[in-house]
Amino acid sequence: MTTTTTRHRAGDDWLRNALPKLVLSPSFAMVLIFVYGFILFTFYLSFTDSRILPSYGLVGWENYTKLFSVRAWGIAVDNVLIFGSLYIVICCALGLMLAILLDQQIRAEGFIRTIYLYPMALSFIVTGTAWKWFLDPGIGLQAVVRSWGWESFTFEWIKDSDMAIYSIVIAAVWQTSGFVMAMFLAGLRGIDNEVLKAAQIDGASNWALYRRIVIPQLRPAFMSAFVVLAHMAIKSYDLIIALTGGGPGTATELPATFMYSYTFTRNQMGIGAASATIMLMSIAAIMVPYIWSELREKK
Amino acid sequence: MSTNASSQIIRTGSGARFVIYTILALFCLYYLLPLYVMVVNSLKPLSEIQAGGMMALPGDWTLEPWKSAWSTAQIGVAATGLKPYFLNSILMVVPAVAISTVLGALNGYVLTKWRFRGDTIVFGLLLFGCFIPFQMVLIPMARMLGLMGLAGTVPGLIFVHLVYGIGFSTLYFRNYYQQFPTELVRAAMIDGAGFFTIFYRIMLPSSGPIAVVCIIWQFTNIWNDFLFGASFSDFDSQPMTVALNNLVQSSTGVKEYNVHFAGAIMAALPTLLVYIVAGRYFVRGLMAGSVKG
Repeated sequence: MTTTTTRHRAGDDWLRNALPKLVLSPSFAMVLIFVYGFILFTFYLSFTDSRILPSYGLVGWENYTKLFSVRAWGIAVDNVLIFGSLYIVICCALGLMLAILLDQQIRAEGFIRTIYLYPMALSFIVTGTAWKWFLDPGIGLQAVVRSWGWESFTFEWIKDSDMAIYSIVIAAVWQTSGFVMAMFLAGLRGIDNEVLKAAQIDGASNWALYRRIVIPQLRPAFMSAFVVLAHMAIKSYDLIIALTGGGPGTATELPATFMYSYTFTRNQMGIGAASATIMLMSIAAIMVPYIWSELREKK
Repeated sequence: MSTNASSQIIRTGSGARFVIYTILALFCLYYLLPLYVMVVNSLKPLSEIQAGGMMALPGDWTLEPWKSAWSTAQIGVAATGLKPYFLNSILMVVPAVAISTVLGALNGYVLTKWRFRGDTIVFGLLLFGCFIPFQMVLIPMARMLGLMGLAGTVPGLIFVHLVYGIGFSTLYFRNYYQQFPTELVRAAMIDGAGFFTIFYRIMLPSSGPIAVVCIIWQFTNIWNDFLFGASFSDFDSQPMTVALNNLVQSSTGVKEYNVHFAGAIMAALPTLLVYIVAGRYFVRGLMAGSVKG
């Protein structure tokens, strides 16, 4: 009798200890296989002669050297640097300004915030469609202003190879700047008023208060905004497809569109895998330190 | 209000306040402009748009563009309108959101209340999975779906969204349950309550807000996804975003801008409605996905 109960209990204890891990394990297994396993697989493919289908003949660094000699990839990298830096800088500047203005005990603050943030709920395909036609010289802004009587008004960025990338910045900033505003607003609401009071008694102007005390304290919000925006910029795909399709020509090619077309339409899977690997590396360089510090702070 | 506005300290004169309100109002117009363009142009005949009247209210109000976008417009090879694709998106979103939320809740519960050696590493690995560029998994996933017999199907898309949605669901519930008093869980354990009993009786009843946040986030993300939809669906399993893109980019015939705008609003409506009804939770989800602590 006694032995069976203890054995029974031991089984119970084992189950008790193992159950949480059992519950977690399907998710963990899925992520191990479909995230990390797949990453390794694609990484491996980037060193093979895969064309239309995966193939396992190793070719060393050939895909990477080819990748960096392809003109379209050079354009994609230049574009992501131009797009990314403008996108981050403008979103942060606009977000910070709007957050500070909204923090002045504004009537209807909630209503205004709702308007500023709704673009975040939209798909980039919707945003792209709306801006594509609004920026189209034939029917959009240019045609409208001309119909109002300013006959020589010209705004053709979206059709101009040199300027098209900036039209993508316009649409992307429209979509995300409200979100950055919300991040800064949350940061502003967390600032300790006592320091501000003390500085004000010392006679500091509003401008000085913001520049010397408030904005420096928003560092964590800047960090988060930078990480979120940088990783969105590197991953940008839908917006380009909807807005310009990568064109005119290859003028608005970004790494994500490059990867897709090389892998699935040009049958250069090895090069496509190499470009995806570079994208992953650049995102990891931004995200890993960030996640690391977030998790360490929690302890 | 007890909200800690810096403005309780910083005073602004009435001139400055006028400037502030003007700037804020101008930006309201800026953010509303594309929505205005989409709405008014979806309600007017094509000729008015072609004549340079994009900013004007419709001269001839009409619902034709909406009818066409919904049921007769040419999408790819078939003149079906967006209706079947809207349905695809719903069939895809509902199970993917439900399953990933349930799994996220269980995972968050384990990671905070049943901690084990290495749990932070497990969480870190789950979390990084949220941020990878999905280009890195497109090739193997296409093969895997083929092997599983799910290539080009809605269940295949559900599976993909589920796999890559788990990280965020877990993140939300973990961060939320971390604030939940562990003493309550301990006390229940001493009383002999088991793993699932504690989850159902103690954790779940207080999980309402975070469940809403998680559901809204997943719903918005999966509904708005384009990359997976474009990579892993066939003509008859395309989600709404892919179908909308096909409608707008189709190069044959006259460009029916008014129909495109109506279609864009249809694709935007579900997430927009959720945002209007539960915006607070939407914003919380956004913030929790970026700013923590």
